Amino acid sequence: MKPYNIYISGVGGQGIIKTSTVIGEAAMKNGMPVVMSEIHGMAQRGGVVSTQLKIGDAYSPIIQEGGADLLLAFEPMEALRAISQINRESFVVTNTSSIMPFNITASENPYPELSVILDELQSHSKKLFALDAEQIAKDAGHILSLNMVMLGGAVAVPGFPLDREVIMESMRENLPEKSMPVNLKAFEEGFRVCLEK
Amino acid sequence: MNIKEILKEGKDEKLFLLGNEATVRGALEAGVAVASTYPGTPSSEIGDVLSKISPEAGLYFEFSTNEKVALEVAAAAAASGLRSFTFMKHVGLNVASDSLMSVAYSGVNGGMVILSADDPSMFSSQNEQDNRHYARLANIPMIEPSNPQEIKDLMKYSFEISEKFQLPILMRTTTRVSHMRGMVELGPIKESKNKGFFRKDPGRFVPVPETARKMHGVLMEKMEKIEDLTNKSPLNRIFNRGGKIGVITGGSAFNYVMDVVEENDLKVNVLKLTFSYPFPEKLIFKFIKDLDRIVVVEEVDPVMEKEVLAVIGKYGLEKKVYGKLDGTLPMIYEYSPDIVLEGLETVLDLNLQKKEVYRTEIPLPNRPPTLCPGCPHRAAYYSIKKAVNNLGLENVIYPTDIGCYTLGIESPYQAADYLLSMGSSIGTSCGFSKATDQRIVSFIGDSTFFHAGIPALINAVHNKNRFLLVILDNSTTAMTGGQPHPGLPVDGMGGEAPQISIEELVKAAGVQFSKTVNPLNLTRTQGIFEEALQYDGVAVVISKYPCMLIKSREKRKTVTADIDLDKCENCLECLKDLTCPAIYEEDGSVNIDPMYCRGCTVCIQMCPEKAISAKK
Ligand code: SF4
Ligand code: SF4
Repeated sequence: MKPYNIYISGVGGQGIIKTSTVIGEAAMKNGMPVVMSEIHGMAQRGGVVSTQLKIGDAYSPIIQEGGADLLLAFEPMEALRAISQINRESFVVTNTSSIMPFNITASENPYPELSVILDELQSHSKKLFALDAEQIAKDAGHILSLNMVMLGGAVAVPGFPLDREVIMESMRENLPEKSMPVNLKAFEEGFRVCLEK
Repeated sequence: MNIKEILKEGKDEKLFLLGNEATVRGALEAGVAVASTYPGTPSSEIGDVLSKISPEAGLYFEFSTNEKVALEVAAAAAASGLRSFTFMKHVGLNVASDSLMSVAYSGVNGGMVILSADDPSMFSSQNEQDNRHYARLANIPMIEPSNPQEIKDLMKYSFEISEKFQLPILMRTTTRVSHMRGMVELGPIKESKNKGFFRKDPGRFVPVPETARKMHGVLMEKMEKIEDLTNKSPLNRIFNRGGKIGVITGGSAFNYVMDVVEENDLKVNVLKLTFSYPFPEKLIFKFIKDLDRIVVVEEVDPVMEKEVLAVIGKYGLEKKVYGKLDGTLPMIYEYSPDIVLEGLETVLDLNLQKKEVYRTEIPLPNRPPTLCPGCPHRAAYYSIKKAVNNLGLENVIYPTDIGCYTLGIESPYQAADYLLSMGSSIGTSCGFSKATDQRIVSFIGDSTFFHAGIPALINAVHNKNRFLLVILDNSTTAMTGGQPHPGLPVDGMGGEAPQISIEELVKAAGVQFSKTVNPLNLTRTQGIFEEALQYDGVAVVISKYPCMLIKSREKRKTVTADIDLDKCENCLECLKDLTCPAIYEEDGSVNIDPMYCRGCTVCIQMCPEKAISAKK
């Protein structure tokens, strides 16, 4: 099976590694080969975090530039930073609520306008799904369910190799039971919003 | 998955494991009885998992004070006939290297595996040294897995080889392998024998000149026998794809080679060296003798490349070798499929159609990691800067050390001027104190102090130096994920343990000026810093408050900082001098994000307009 490549990026503390593990375990339980790369350590203290997943036959989890089928970005500027991972056939799902770097007041480069970011993503991919995952997560009951909103969005993308039930099963096995109602709601909402785009 | 599942009895079961988790499973399947480490990324999760499961799994695990001690604990256990496992990040092996050299001579009875997690491209390290050199330096066998399944299987295999030849095995992973997640098929767990017996044999275990000379001979004999094995081992596998071009590779680089070769259907043969040292000369000869071109793909140093060249020289062959030395592949940093493809294209004279890659032209602000909101280190840095300014001191040197507080390098603090390795803050302060008339303020964390700070502090006092040492005691090893250390009442397996007091150690080292302060109390902290800065000798201030990550695990925060915009004069001091990530600017005014604020109250104390207050 030719691998389906997912590049996930965002900021430390957003639950990116957990989300990636949910996808990876779901693939494995579904009988698909899967490899994933994650970076720990220094990167966690508010820095950029990214993971890469290949579902299908692959030795290395590292995706060649321009080779991601799906870019899942938890933060808009981090989506733009990762734009070299996609090609014109790729799909992009991005959160639109931004997180300012802590040193932005002293930074030479300003944080780009959201509309500029979205335009670039739009014009270099097959389709862009932009959603305010932070708001959706808050409405679902807790801002920390933002990662499940994004996961829901990813599952709604055409060609995503795993279906909702398989992912939800994996959520149950990987997330604390008491947060499940909120997480499921967040997931469903992310899924619905993307499906309607 | 719950990490306890790693204890599953089970055949035909599969888990989706991180390389480091697979390492633990491998240790369980090998029947390891004693495991030890000092935490260091990219190897940290091995210890985190062991610390959660060891009591249940029936093995002994400890966070040792440093890597040298960890290796010695494991060596003694192996000398007593138990299977022992010690693991560390690459630079940790430098610390352990003194004893490593000797355990190679004396050997082991029970199997012993030493894992070195290297960090090409330095994701979280001060250098990217290539620890394959250590296998050569100590002359011990090396095994290099490429993925989690291999790590698990090779752990078991390494213990068998170690026991058979009575030598420790060095296993080298890299960040991309340690932090790769993949499917791992489980095997049966082996019950470990957990009491050994040490049979005295000074001729073997006490390397004084007379015995050491013999031991070196014995080591050479063992390694010769093992070379027979590496020449024939099925772990060193040839992927025959026809043609006259061959690639020699291993570890993470092997994965990149295979992905690139298969995706582009390249006609190259691949030799994967997994049991990579003693270097399998005969196998290399057999592989290359009918090839026209040989490419060596390895991360970081051209170790195998030079050894392949040596084989070519020895056998009088005429072959062109491509790799780092001729510039076909980059000399430093980690590789990627893109880098490997570019190299292979040159060798194969190919011109593959390139995927068009778009890069944005908008210059993006970077996003450096920073101290967490409410981090006690930020408060300490804020106060030391105030104290230094208040006393009108100039050209102050700030030697620093390894931990979250190294992030003090960022502006506005810029309180990190010199760093070598764990514990170097204190040793280098001694040097600066002798070499200059500048004031010196040195920073070290609690865990780092236990690791390598104590001998240097004794040196400082004994040799009559003058500097201020700030021990940033946050009651944990924060940077690597919050592991315990000897200053805490818990051990590596969660059991009760005697607590070693930093205050008393400092006094015992002969320090006359030693004070402890809560850094979240700004006025008092600044006052003590000022006093300490004027002391003529070694002054120690222990800045003591728990890491916010443990704090928030323990209890909910009680207050949140809140800005009264009517009082705020927009001086932006909180933004610029404090830079707490919870404080941000929006539409020209300052805001505090209640979601990120940890309620440390530092901004409340420092705001000159008293515009920030605590909200329940
Ligand atoms: S983990 Fe703890 S010590 Fe490290 S930056 Fe965060 S609060 Fe500070
Ligand atoms: S109280 Fe102030 S300095 Fe402390 S975490 Fe909250 S916003 Fe940051």
